Amino acid sequence: MDTVTVINALVSGLLTGLVYGLSALGLSVIFGVIRIVNFAHGELMVVGMFLALMLFRWFGLDPLWSVPIGAAVLFLVGYALQHFVVRRVSYLPDHMQFLLLAGIAIMIVSGCLVVFGPDAQGVQLAYALDSFAIGNLIVDKVRLYAAIAAIVVASALLLFFKYSATGRAIRACADNYLGARVVGLNVDRLYAFTFGIGAACIGAAGCIILLLVQVHPYLAPAYTLLAFVVVIVGGMGSLFGALLGGILIGVSEELASVILQPSLKTAFSFGLLIVVLLLRPQGLLGRVVR
Amino acid sequence: MTSIDRKLAGKTVGRRTVLAGAAGAAAAAAVPLRFASAQGKTLKIGVNLPRSGIQAQFGQDSVRGIELALEVLAGKGYPKVEVVHADNETKVDVGRAQAEKLIDQGCTMILGCYDSGITSAVAQVCEAKSIPLVVNVAAAPQITDGRFKTVFRNFPTGPMIASDAFLLQKEVYAIAGKAPKSAVMLHANDTFGTTQKDASVNLIGKFDMPYKFADVISYDPAARDLSAEVRKAKGSNAELLWIITRLNDAIMIVQEMVKQRWVPMGIVSTGPGPYDDPFLKQLGKLSDDIINMVPWFDPNKPMSKAMIAAWAKKFPDRTLNTSVSHSFEATLIALDAYKRAGAAEPAKLIEALKKTNIADNVTVGPAITFNDKGQNTKTRNSAIQNRGGKLLSVAPKEAAVAKPIWPMRPWNARG
Repeated sequence: MDTVTVINALVSGLLTGLVYGLSALGLSVIFGVIRIVNFAHGELMVVGMFLALMLFRWFGLDPLWSVPIGAAVLFLVGYALQHFVVRRVSYLPDHMQFLLLAGIAIMIVSGCLVVFGPDAQGVQLAYALDSFAIGNLIVDKVRLYAAIAAIVVASALLLFFKYSATGRAIRACADNYLGARVVGLNVDRLYAFTFGIGAACIGAAGCIILLLVQVHPYLAPAYTLLAFVVVIVGGMGSLFGALLGGILIGVSEELASVILQPSLKTAFSFGLLIVVLLLRPQGLLGRVVR
Repeated sequence: MTSIDRKLAGKTVGRRTVLAGAAGAAAAAAVPLRFASAQGKTLKIGVNLPRSGIQAQFGQDSVRGIELALEVLAGKGYPKVEVVHADNETKVDVGRAQAEKLIDQGCTMILGCYDSGITSAVAQVCEAKSIPLVVNVAAAPQITDGRFKTVFRNFPTGPMIASDAFLLQKEVYAIAGKAPKSAVMLHANDTFGTTQKDASVNLIGKFDMPYKFADVISYDPAARDLSAEVRKAKGSNAELLWIITRLNDAIMIVQEMVKQRWVPMGIVSTGPGPYDDPFLKQLGKLSDDIINMVPWFDPNKPMSKAMIAAWAKKFPDRTLNTSVSHSFEATLIALDAYKRAGAAEPAKLIEALKKTNIADNVTVGPAITFNDKGQNTKTRNSAIQNRGGKLLSVAPKEAAVAKPIWPMRPWNARG
């Protein structure tokens, strides 16, 4: 394999990995604070993708400009989901919560099938198939835009958690649930807000990913699984970890494809997951919870 | 006599007892009634197809082909039948369970199943229950290798498709006066894709082709992204790209080729995808010039003309493709066998299917007949080129309606 192909693969893997990271951020945020594993993660992302698709079809809106709308709508969905449904099972054992969210996931897939049908659908943008050429290096324009959008959304999220009063309150809830209640924080509302923020990330990621792949209802489980791999490699609950995990998976998949066989790329990312679990079970940037 | 007296006498035959007895008798009677229905005059065909899942698009086109055939053939004197639809969800285990359910519901013939893996599983069920299975689409050779006595397939096997693909390519290269010197294959790693790949790689030596395979690259047809696969294929510097795809993967491959600015001499396909509506509509002019070496219909045959006219009336916005034509013809085979058998009994249907000889058909090749393994060995493929959203037959000569464009035009020079 020649050097040009490998360098192209590295760049493509980096850009794809950033988008993977963004798609996993929502899962990490929700788990990091509420300690609930969102098994409907991929399904919510597919909802975001269909939303961006409809905005494109009805108003000609570029999915990149749909990001704020997708994030806002999914925020409301996430807020309502936590407030009206998930909160009511938070005292139950973990597997009961998993079943609830898995059930919600099935309902979302079925709903999407009823409304949108099983066909794959995508957006056709003027720049969809453009690329930048720098010597022998060819950079996919859409992938580059998607990676930049992923960095912008992730940065906004990090700034929100670091500098806003609500963000600090959410972090306080994550660090010490009882302490947060004692000092008078409305933990239920903050949890709903956090689920909303996580879902907003997922919605934003959905809008961005629609630039890269076509959407169909059965896409969801693959993205749920991908998000799990990314978040476990990066560290459950760590926002930087999710981005790092995404980049590692993206780059390793691309390199495995060009150096070995493309059909081995998924095996390669799961191999990476196993290595991380064996050597650093909390993930690369995760904290040990005692 | 009071009821107490009757009980004491051991002869309790009250209203409830009578009702319970009647219900039991009705339940018992239902079994022979259903059996009688299965053995009676009206054939009940169980259609087992992927109506959802990754191959939903093909399954739905297949259903359209069956519905179209029932309408067209009703006007040509074929008997009426009852059709029971089942969705195998593009899953082998569901396909097997659905086949059993259809047979339990009284279906004495199964039609399907589009996917080779699912068809193999359903063939086992049909064999065990001595129910005929008429295959619409499935290419894995093992389906008609002699292990099943109740399977009848009017679709070419993987090696037949590969052999025809080599012959058709030679015809196209001869017409165009230009042939590639190297090729790279990108194939889905499911049962169909692997079977096709194996057949092509094993048979190339027999056809004295002008090229050799520089690389053979497999991928998951459900992959989210095929940029790496296309990058690897481009890195082989091959002049010809041979793809064996499903639908979404075919779209992604072309999009990635455009993004990565890779223009080989041409693209040939021996799978579904590039001739399907979503591919043509989504890619527009970028879908042009790809040549599909696939099982197809002969537009010049009278039955094909009836099918094309009915299709244009019923589905004006959709393209008639392999899923449609071969499901149409599978229905024709089923109705023809039923007509000749004169009964819906599985044994009689199987005997009639064995003696099939339908000259008034739609697919390329001579009359439909089956060998002792249930395979139509005479059905042929066509080379179909995508041109401006239409699918034009460019080879073999007897079924051609246009000359091929070869080499393919660069992506940015298509008007």
